Amino acid sequence: MDKKIFERWAKETPKIRENIIKMIHQCQSGHPGGSLSAVEIIYSLFAKDGIMNHDPAKFDTIKERDRFILSKGHGIPALYATLHAVGYDISEKELMTLRHVDSRLQGHPDRVRLPFVEASTGSLGQGASIAQGLAMAYKLDKINNHIYCVIGDGEMQEGQIWEVALSAPHQKLNNLTVILDYNKGQIDGMTNDILKIDPPEEKWKAFGWHVQVVDGHIYEEIVNALKNTHPDKPSMIVAHTIKGKGISFMEEDTVKWHGVGPTDDELKIALDDIRNNNTIGL
Amino acid sequence: MSKIATRKSFGKALEELGDKYPEVVCLDADLSKSTQSQLFAKKYPDRFFEMGIQEANMIGCATGMAFAGKIPFICSFSAFLTGRYDQIRISVGYADANVKLIGTHSGVGIGEDGYSQMGLEDLALMRTLPNMVVLQPADDKETREMIEWAINHKGPVYFRLTRHGLKEMNMDKFEKPGIYPQLKEGEKIAFLASGGLLEYAFDAAKNLQNSGKINPAVYNANCANPLDNAFMSMLAENYQEFVVFEDHTVTGGIGSAISEWMSEFAVTPKRVRRYGVMNVYGESGTPEDLYKKHGFTTEAICEYAQKNLI
Ligand SMILES: Cc1ncc(C[n+]2csc(CCOP(=O)(O)OP(=O)(O)O)c2C)c(N)n1
Ligand SMILES: [Mg+2]
Repeated sequence: MDKKIFERWAKETPKIRENIIKMIHQCQSGHPGGSLSAVEIIYSLFAKDGIMNHDPAKFDTIKERDRFILSKGHGIPALYATLHAVGYDISEKELMTLRHVDSRLQGHPDRVRLPFVEASTGSLGQGASIAQGLAMAYKLDKINNHIYCVIGDGEMQEGQIWEVALSAPHQKLNNLTVILDYNKGQIDGMTNDILKIDPPEEKWKAFGWHVQVVDGHIYEEIVNALKNTHPDKPSMIVAHTIKGKGISFMEEDTVKWHGVGPTDDELKIALDDIRNNNTIGL
Repeated sequence: MSKIATRKSFGKALEELGDKYPEVVCLDADLSKSTQSQLFAKKYPDRFFEMGIQEANMIGCATGMAFAGKIPFICSFSAFLTGRYDQIRISVGYADANVKLIGTHSGVGIGEDGYSQMGLEDLALMRTLPNMVVLQPADDKETREMIEWAINHKGPVYFRLTRHGLKEMNMDKFEKPGIYPQLKEGEKIAFLASGGLLEYAFDAAKNLQNSGKINPAVYNANCANPLDNAFMSMLAENYQEFVVFEDHTVTGGIGSAISEWMSEFAVTPKRVRRYGVMNVYGESGTPEDLYKKHGFTTEAICEYAQKNLI
């Protein structure tokens, strides 16, 4: 893929980070750390010239569209901001209704209120199975599309994830790619202190997945891995990321910034950090 | 007076009781800061187990520990704990394991996180298990008393706790499940209210009494299982009509439990009205906005009474 595309994306991503942080600031709740770590992963899929076959204007009329499931549902501000950026019918004004009564933009994905999110997640572990089910159905129908699913590293501790790990290779789901947002943190502390998942790549390999390891903040690496699927195995992309990526004080204290909103002063610093750094992604 | 979240009261109680009851251990699934088990964790690091995000495994491990003589308290959001119903049903309930389940973040009162993190059906699930004592304390003092009671009770106990602060209601000491503390005397109508709604039901009853039209009694409906037959008979004899208030779906909650009892066992069957989350899913919003939307305010309760009870 042309490097110019990645350069363009890198110029477009600060706006996504900006909206994420403004959304979380205006309602003083939500999950900045795990939203910011997933920005490049999600944008690689949805961006113009990105990996997924989808059309914001005719979203639900295309059965063959690729599907994206955010299994770590609390990272949803990153998805709302991305959907807005690529032309789905969510205005900037609506973005700022995140977590308000009657908003379509619930604190965790709600596919009944907002059809652009493909599954209602928020109870960790469940989205991955739903992604597997989509892959099973489209394979059965011989529809040539692909299912993408993002899970968290803390989420990887859920038993249900390991049921998917065992089951999807058994079914030879070559139309399924799970991306691990390996940001090393969860709520009570650092993931490998709370309940070690290291080394994830060897675990998934042992379960029969086609495993690739990338830097989750470099578009070229993410895209290459997403394109490099396997003829008869599901794919696992272990994406090394940084919780709170792009905002200095969040990167420095990732555990604190799992699930709180920034103050007015912190918002100013965050917006400065974002505006001063438009090379993330390259 | 400042309000105290019952999750906080639980955390403090377990921290204080740890010395007196050395068999108590505590397990959490990556929510110790939210459930407040962190207080116990700091004081008794050896007796605290951070399980990671593994609710099902945590329930099973607690069962094993209980069989080995420990008294495990297992903590998570009520939605995620009771979501592992099969593990609770078979490992804990059926086997009569001495496990204490602490479900925090119950009700729409959790606010912005929305439905997926909100325990709205937990009472309905837990009260179907015959030996599961299902408690919902209404203030700080009651929570602490119930926690110590549960340590001394042999068998499974489920606690339904809140994220948001609850007002101190000055009730007598908690003695045993199934006897609801009375907060206000009255005639003909009794308000049975639990958790976050008790304060508003109580204020509404006083306002209604002052208006001179009706004078509802108020009880703290702090237990969904077991119901006490003698106490229920007393209610049935003394009142003609009941309204049950709860921050829980009306299907299967305390209101359902009381309806079942009153329609089946009361000498003359009594009308029981259920006032809670009316068969809708929860959503995001500030706790205040959501309480308003669901009618969980003194004003809304007064209005409801004007319309339906007068
Ligand atoms: C079943 C379940 N248990 C607990 C939670 C509460 N919870 C929300 S986020 C989170 C930590 C997730 O960590 P991770 O998957 O690493 O996400 P990230 O670091 O990307 O934010 C937890 C425990 C939940 N949402 N679902
Ligand atoms: Mg993480």
